[in-house]
Amino acid sequence: MKISVGPVLYYWPEDQLRAFYDEIAASAADIVYLGETVCSKRRSLNLSQWIELGRKLQDAGKEVVLSTLTLIEAASEQSAMRRICDDSPFLVEASEQGAIDYLAQAGKHFASGPSVNIYNPRSLQLLAKLGLKRWVFPLELSRKTLAAMQQERPDGVETEVFAWGRMPLAYAARCFTARAHDLPKDDCQLRCLDYSQGQVLRTREDEAFLCLNGIQTQSAKTCNLIGEVADMRELGVDVLRISPQPRHTGRIIQAFRAAIDDEPVPALEPMAAVGTCDGYWRGEAGMQ
Amino acid sequence: MELVCPAGNLPSLKAAVENGADAVYIGFRDDTNARHFAGLNFNDKRAHDALAYARSRGVKVFVAINTFPQPDNFGRWREAVDRAAGLNVDALILADMGVMDYARERWPELNLHLSVQASATNPDALAFYHRHFGIRRAVLPRVLSVKQVAQVAANSPVDVEVFGFGSLCVMVEGRCLLSSYATGQSPNTFGACSPGAHVKYRENLDGSMDTRLNGVLIDHYEAGENAGYPTLCKGRFRVGGNIYYAIEEPTSLNTLDVLPELRAAGVKALKVEGRQRSPAYVTEVTRVLRAAIDALNADPEGFRPQGEWMAALQKVSEGAQTTLGAYHRSWQ
Repeated sequence: MKISVGPVLYYWPEDQLRAFYDEIAASAADIVYLGETVCSKRRSLNLSQWIELGRKLQDAGKEVVLSTLTLIEAASEQSAMRRICDDSPFLVEASEQGAIDYLAQAGKHFASGPSVNIYNPRSLQLLAKLGLKRWVFPLELSRKTLAAMQQERPDGVETEVFAWGRMPLAYAARCFTARAHDLPKDDCQLRCLDYSQGQVLRTREDEAFLCLNGIQTQSAKTCNLIGEVADMRELGVDVLRISPQPRHTGRIIQAFRAAIDDEPVPALEPMAAVGTCDGYWRGEAGMQ
Repeated sequence: MELVCPAGNLPSLKAAVENGADAVYIGFRDDTNARHFAGLNFNDKRAHDALAYARSRGVKVFVAINTFPQPDNFGRWREAVDRAAGLNVDALILADMGVMDYARERWPELNLHLSVQASATNPDALAFYHRHFGIRRAVLPRVLSVKQVAQVAANSPVDVEVFGFGSLCVMVEGRCLLSSYATGQSPNTFGACSPGAHVKYRENLDGSMDTRLNGVLIDHYEAGENAGYPTLCKGRFRVGGNIYYAIEEPTSLNTLDVLPELRAAGVKALKVEGRQRSPAYVTEVTRVLRAAIDALNADPEGFRPQGEWMAALQKVSEGAQTTLGAYHRSWQ
């Protein structure tokens, strides 16, 4: 099994991104997803800089994938998505059907991200015919569904599971970070820069429930499937995705590498911001 | 613009037809549609009756099969498609790629609409569904501004339908997992958001009220405040030092103010949300929107929403409030 580092879901300044990817270049990760998937206003790196960074990671032995924006509303965002598909020297991870269509029409292979709803074998087979090489299993589905999907998976398609990180649960037109600062979205003053792992939303009983990340809403808890690595290997899962966080990502990758190699695994709970969960895997509420 | 109205049961369907709907949309009595609520929706016989009634009055019937089947239950969605095809309905409203692929192969002559649950917000995404499944119309998620709707409609290979009135999803439909994060059941997997079986209202000794979803405190109402249903994105939460509606207020979408712009944008149909609402709701909303669309068609330049329409819609709105939602940039 391979380990991937998902796209950075937060708005980090350029220096932080570069330092992070220096660490990843030296890590045990096999695949690195680059690019902006949440908000088109986040421009720490432009496309050519992402590509240049990707080449460095390639030189360090990593497979590189470029991811596209998840919620494409404006014509300018659609153009930016097309440019990624046109110019990427790497495989592209399509985050929605627009990118899938554009890539398939160009005759290019592609991967699909966690927000593409592939809930049944017929959907997976259809996309495989169009050039799908790897898919991320949808976050809200269970082990039982994964096992059934693996039974009918087409040849040549790899399965990736989101194994560690705060889960991206929803996308909106509205920016919740701007709203938290009583700012209009059009004049958000890039406040996401102040929250390197989002802003926790708590209930009035002080339970950490969700995490606001611009137009994206995440789980407050960190999904942790390190205990399921052996089971996932049995199910034929090819790739485990670690979602980047500002601290400890290198150690988390190491821990998953140890789990894959059947070596002792350190406790990961202390590396989660506010606790871990694995309810979706067990067919229960995700927060469990 | 065609007026597309919701019907959770036969009385609502009749109310929609009698008050001027051009089309009504219904669902079957299971999790194949996104309003899978107890006591709601149509079995075979009811669907037959509904179709006969609507047809005799020149009104179209659409069937929503707009949730996402998994490997162990795909057959139920296939049967729903077959049943709708057997009823000879005017359109199927579909969300899942696999279900669309089946419908296209088994019933190539069927008229397919893309459900809002398919999350298609740009022309390239619409092209995907048009190319592979031959959809003829798409319902756009409630996240686009009027300008963006116009731009999508102008570049879309298919007709565009938008929401005109009803409960408001602040998130892109079909890509929101908040409900399953809290309860294990989501619109995608179960056909309902914040399902009733997980809801608890508790009145406290001081007369205040707590509303919970699977144990998570969604809101707390002081004595005398009206407690709403704990839809999880519409509660008051704490972010930083503030307690407020951090995601969205309990409010309904009302587009009467931008109706001329939507028409000019080339929108072909206006949808009313609310299959879970009462026949009285369907009556009021259908009546008002029919009058508004007729007035708009008669005099596009001089169109102004009437006070009586706005008041009637306000009355049936969530929290008795309405908003232009994402159609207006300031809301975003």
